[in-house]
Amino acid sequence: MANAARPRPDMLAPQPVESTKVNDVSSDGKRAARLFGVSSEAGDQVFKFAMLLCGLAVLATLGLIVYELVLRSGPSWHAFGFKFFAARDWDPVNEKFGALPFVYGTLVSSLLALIIAVPLSIGVAVFTTEMCPPVLRGPLSFFVELLAAIPSVVYGLWAIFVLVPILSNYVEPFLSRTLGWTGLFVGPPYGISMLAAGIILAIMIVPIISSIAREVLMVVPQHQREAALALGATRWEMIRVGVLRNARAGIMGGIILGLGRALGETMAVTMVIGNRPEIAKSLFAPGYTMASVLANEFSEATGDLNLAALIEIGLALFLVTIVVNALARFLVWTVTRGQPSRSNA
Amino acid sequence: MPKREKSSALHTVPPIALRRRITDHVMTGVAVLTVILVLVPLFAIFAYLVYRGLGSINWAFLTQTPKPVGEAGGGMANAIVGSAFILGLASVLGVPLGVGAGIYLAEFGRNRFGDVIRFTADVLNGVPSIVIGIVAYSIVVLYQKHFSALAGGVALAIMMIPTITRTTEEMLLLVPQALREAAYGLGIPRWRTTLSITLRTATSGVITGIMLAFARVAGETAPLLFTAFGNQFWNLRADQPTAALPLQIFSYAISPYDEWHRQAWAGALVLIVLIVTAVAAVRYVVRRGTFGAA
Repeated sequence: MANAARPRPDMLAPQPVESTKVNDVSSDGKRAARLFGVSSEAGDQVFKFAMLLCGLAVLATLGLIVYELVLRSGPSWHAFGFKFFAARDWDPVNEKFGALPFVYGTLVSSLLALIIAVPLSIGVAVFTTEMCPPVLRGPLSFFVELLAAIPSVVYGLWAIFVLVPILSNYVEPFLSRTLGWTGLFVGPPYGISMLAAGIILAIMIVPIISSIAREVLMVVPQHQREAALALGATRWEMIRVGVLRNARAGIMGGIILGLGRALGETMAVTMVIGNRPEIAKSLFAPGYTMASVLANEFSEATGDLNLAALIEIGLALFLVTIVVNALARFLVWTVTRGQPSRSNA
Repeated sequence: MPKREKSSALHTVPPIALRRRITDHVMTGVAVLTVILVLVPLFAIFAYLVYRGLGSINWAFLTQTPKPVGEAGGGMANAIVGSAFILGLASVLGVPLGVGAGIYLAEFGRNRFGDVIRFTADVLNGVPSIVIGIVAYSIVVLYQKHFSALAGGVALAIMMIPTITRTTEEMLLLVPQALREAAYGLGIPRWRTTLSITLRTATSGVITGIMLAFARVAGETAPLLFTAFGNQFWNLRADQPTAALPLQIFSYAISPYDEWHRQAWAGALVLIVLIVTAVAAVRYVVRRGTFGAA
């Protein structure tokens, strides 16, 4: 990198010399052609074409992902059709494949994560933008974003050795005593469970949701706050009426972006969810997610149909996350992009 | 700021009802509570990581390959080097493509086609890493007939490209238009202007974007599970299965042996320290270079 930055003075230095000469000659094209060895038009065409190829590579990558997933999941699609996502048995030995337990596990663990993470993230965003002393604002956002820098596998490691023991010794017995009647918190408190997966996912998506929510809250025009305060609102009423209500769509976008991340998250969930393809009402029971079954079984798939079934799960995961992400980006865009025009008016 | 305005207004309007004031205080308390609830796991993770990791790191861990089950000692040296190797491959593939696509978007892509590429990059950014692993498996591993470092590099490169593309574009757009015009006025061709003036001016921003992408994929485990696959021994051949630090942490973490758990913590600490130092070092060098020139 030092080399990259060092030559800069040399690059800038020759220019004044060159420019006086250009003025003398006053035939830029020929002069440039002699300086750079090629005619500038040809150089520009080649350069533009090369950059275009890089841009096309981005398109091609997405195309390749779709093509490979569709092509290689074909056998499973032909064998099971739509019933693939409604069947419950996952039996590689007898070549019977149904993805329902995985779909269920992915949905329940992600929803659980949202239920925990959304109030926390909005609270953090509101605190940092509206209540926090300016001195604390920077460090606070830094710490929350630090959570996003921790690799998934390290979250999983921490969850196995710290979170799961805490859950099985304290939290799960407490929940089953107080809320056992709901049927959601029954069974032996092993710790390794859908609940553990939901909690670790929540910790992982808080930085995403809160950073988007913060961005959206910051673009709410100042006069909305001032108007609410002028009407005699307390600070909380100002936040509720003047800020949160204006930022609804953008916050929703952040939440959906967090959902997209939670749906596709693999390692941390695989390490604590228990990896059993069952559908149980209790959150203390082990489960399995679409991403986890790929992580565990892909490299030891026994036959072509098994591999195709796994890739079909990957395809479904891919399609769901694309829809979710597109929706999220649209919602965030309506707030942050629509804002400047409104505030100018 | 808002608070002061309110208190001065209170002299003229009737006092705020007690219930509303209580609600205000309660909600402030709730917001503070959420911040605490979010920060506690963060500190718990770092504290526990440093505590367990420092207790387990030793010279053997950094210099030896894994020992068979039941034997004490051994380390992750091959995984550390393997990770660097895979990341190097990924950077060689991903950085030029990402920067090139970013240049295209910033300099030639202010149109409908540019929007398509922009949207595609954003979509690519949201694809789950495990799905990218599947694709790398089917375009590299299935043809090579075995797992390889190259397949892992391809998977990570695909993950790096969208981040690099979008940050490069953003950074190039920050360069003032006048600088480009000045270069054109000197008769410098457009391609040379873009490379030597625009890109050079935005260097530190572009490199920050690259480091962001690098840090994001450095800890990735899922796309390596069935591409690089892991290896108990040294390997520096691109067509052979290769150990990687995150893979090794994963397989040791879910093993039933205390010795391996110990090493998983050490590995996690090394991984985070390596990521942070790599990013910090590059940013330091870039920043010093920028100030030196300015």
